[in-house]
Amino acid sequence: MTQLTFARAINSGLRRSLENDAKVVLMGEDIGTLGGVFRVTDGLQKDFGKHRVIDTPLAESGIVGTAVGLAYRGYRPVVEIQFDGFVYPAFDQIVCQVAKMHYRTKGAVKMPITIRIPFGGGIGSPEFHSESPEAYFAHTPGLRVISPSSPQDAHTMIQQAIACDDPVLFFEPKRRYHDKGDVDESLDPGAALSFEKARVVADGRDVTLVAYGPLVKTARDVALAAADEGMSVEVIDLRSLAPVDFATVEASVRKTGRLVIAHEAVQSGGLGAEIAASITERCFYYLESAPVRVTGFDVPYPYSKLEMHHLPGLDRILDGVDRALGRPNSLSGLEG
Amino acid sequence: MVTDEVGQGGTTAGGPGSSAGQQGRTGQNLVQLITPAGERVSHPEYDPWVQDMSDEQLCSLYEDLVVTRRIDTEATALQRQGELGLWPPMLGQEASQIGSARALRDDDFVFPTYRDNGVAYCRGVKLTDILRVWRGNASAGWDPYTVNLGTPQIIIGSQTLHATGYAMGIQNDGADSAAIAYLGDGATSQGDVNEAMVFAASFQVPVVFFCQNNHWAISEPVRLQSHVQIADRPLGFGIPSMRVDGNDVLAVMAATRVALDRARRGGGPTFIEAVTYRMGPHTTADDPTRYRDANELEDWAQKDPIRRVKALLERKGLLTPELETAVQQKADAVARDMRTGCTTMPDPEPLDVFKHVYSTPHSWLDRQQDHYSRYLDSFGDPAGAASEEGARR
Ligand SMILES: Cc1ncc(C[n+]2csc(CCOP(=O)(O)OP(=O)(O)O)c2C)c(N)n1
Ligand SMILES: [Mg+2]
Repeated sequence: MTQLTFARAINSGLRRSLENDAKVVLMGEDIGTLGGVFRVTDGLQKDFGKHRVIDTPLAESGIVGTAVGLAYRGYRPVVEIQFDGFVYPAFDQIVCQVAKMHYRTKGAVKMPITIRIPFGGGIGSPEFHSESPEAYFAHTPGLRVISPSSPQDAHTMIQQAIACDDPVLFFEPKRRYHDKGDVDESLDPGAALSFEKARVVADGRDVTLVAYGPLVKTARDVALAAADEGMSVEVIDLRSLAPVDFATVEASVRKTGRLVIAHEAVQSGGLGAEIAASITERCFYYLESAPVRVTGFDVPYPYSKLEMHHLPGLDRILDGVDRALGRPNSLSGLEG
Repeated sequence: MVTDEVGQGGTTAGGPGSSAGQQGRTGQNLVQLITPAGERVSHPEYDPWVQDMSDEQLCSLYEDLVVTRRIDTEATALQRQGELGLWPPMLGQEASQIGSARALRDDDFVFPTYRDNGVAYCRGVKLTDILRVWRGNASAGWDPYTVNLGTPQIIIGSQTLHATGYAMGIQNDGADSAAIAYLGDGATSQGDVNEAMVFAASFQVPVVFFCQNNHWAISEPVRLQSHVQIADRPLGFGIPSMRVDGNDVLAVMAATRVALDRARRGGGPTFIEAVTYRMGPHTTADDPTRYRDANELEDWAQKDPIRRVKALLERKGLLTPELETAVQQKADAVARDMRTGCTTMPDPEPLDVFKHVYSTPHSWLDRQQDHYSRYLDSFGDPAGAASEEGARR
């Protein structure tokens, strides 16, 4: 075991993938000499060369489009989008080409492309540096969408994503980049928990709280705070956003009868809606109350002085837990 | 007089497939009217465009340059002191920004990037307003229509299309104003910028693309973006271009006037490559020692845009103690106003989160706002209610 920051854990996972498969190439803006604006690729160009860790011209559509060509040629490109808000110039390539090539060619052409995207807010940045665009991609058939919440998962899941023959959108919770955790770098990614599986990270009886990426830490804090108030919260780290491991969520909800979903992304049309609907379909008769969503509001990500009002923090999620449990809460007395 | 010495590309090579040689040297000569030593050199094609510049106007440009630099250093200091979240320094690029912005008319419309705060100053944006975005108090510091200046664009290259579309509107209206888009060397790689050039050429609209080639896009040298001189690329789109010493305020002004005049006369778009250098970090969050050579910085320090104007004024006997004092006092006052405006800026209200998303009421959002205001009301202290750690425990 080694203590690594989240960013360093990804770095170490990328390094292993580069070592193990000569077809793995990294591409992105400022990822080489600089080592990425978050230093996630620090030192990799020096060790693997400019042909495997590529500083690209400043053009996201160009980066992803050429990654498609490299994949056509048998490579496994790992693309870095510098910040969440800069993925949109590449949206067409991701949605129309990366996602559909396998389908279009009846499986003849594989797109084992990993698209790494630092996402989410809480770091006091200007516009376009704090977005949570995961639902667009979860809504796109042909893409797998995952998000680790701990250094260990970041380390193994990035390797699993790169090894996967399908395209994977890999959302990195940037406000957790500096968080440290124990990482077993010798763990065989093939033997570790699959990136498709959710994980129960805190056991509880009264309510199921589903989170992913940056909010898993907050959700665990919620469980601790709730315990002080006599509530037992089960926390599930989703890990995979498309497909969602509904079996794990369902098993928990059958036990607790109550569901709260938290994410930073805006509410309407988001993953919370998908999870609430699917769980309601799957175990309606086990639910004691309507599923509750605690999310970012349906607004453009606000300027930094307001971001803490937009982001679901500990108290807002606790308030949601109260709602699920029918305890007094900020909406008491209101219908629905 | 023509010199090409400031046109050196970056120092490191690109990725696979790059022959990594010199950036194409076959292109245009660099337009220069003031040498780094402050000598006014004549240029038959460009001299006429700045012939009207009186001594007084030259002194005023000098003041602009000094004030702009002061704005920049003060903002950097404010960031270091925790008063701003971030600041993108324009250090070294003052002449590009002042020379071009002072060539504009009030009714021209400007589409800038995050770095063009010297342009904002020239357009008359209030100093405090320049800082709003960087303090995290607003998404934009000013109403674009009050100063005919769009909000600083963060999505690289996007604004070039907006300027082109705005110019299509000018053309349709039969007006004689122009639109100008500021962009960086890195931006020239984006699809949007290339599409903007296609549209601009196709419709022959009154737009100027003003590219500050400051040699770097964060850590990436300009050579990675363009295998030829940037000024050569618009030619392929059928857009005439100029390559001008971006540290020479007069040359920049002359070139911008040429372009604007063409636009006003229905002659279509022009592309200007202002060859300059980003003397500071990309932003206050950046550490350029990780990727660039200190020697490069020293070379460019010799070509400083302010020093050469100062030297020129001296040669002309215009650099009087009175002028120096006046300029210094102006810069001091600007810095003081800026600091006060910054530190006394009122914080936004929590429910501002919901404002201005739509121009008319929106049922989803209204409901969320109602719920959130009830939530805040359930707390004594709304700030605590919104902290990551929470206030409830
Ligand atoms: C679409 C997009 N991709 C990436 C970024 C991140 N980014 C911000 S500035 C920058 C470099 C821009 O370089 P250049 O166009 O030369 O302008 P300069 O910063 O030198 O003024 C990058 C990559 C962004 N803002 N937008
Ligand atoms: Mg640049």
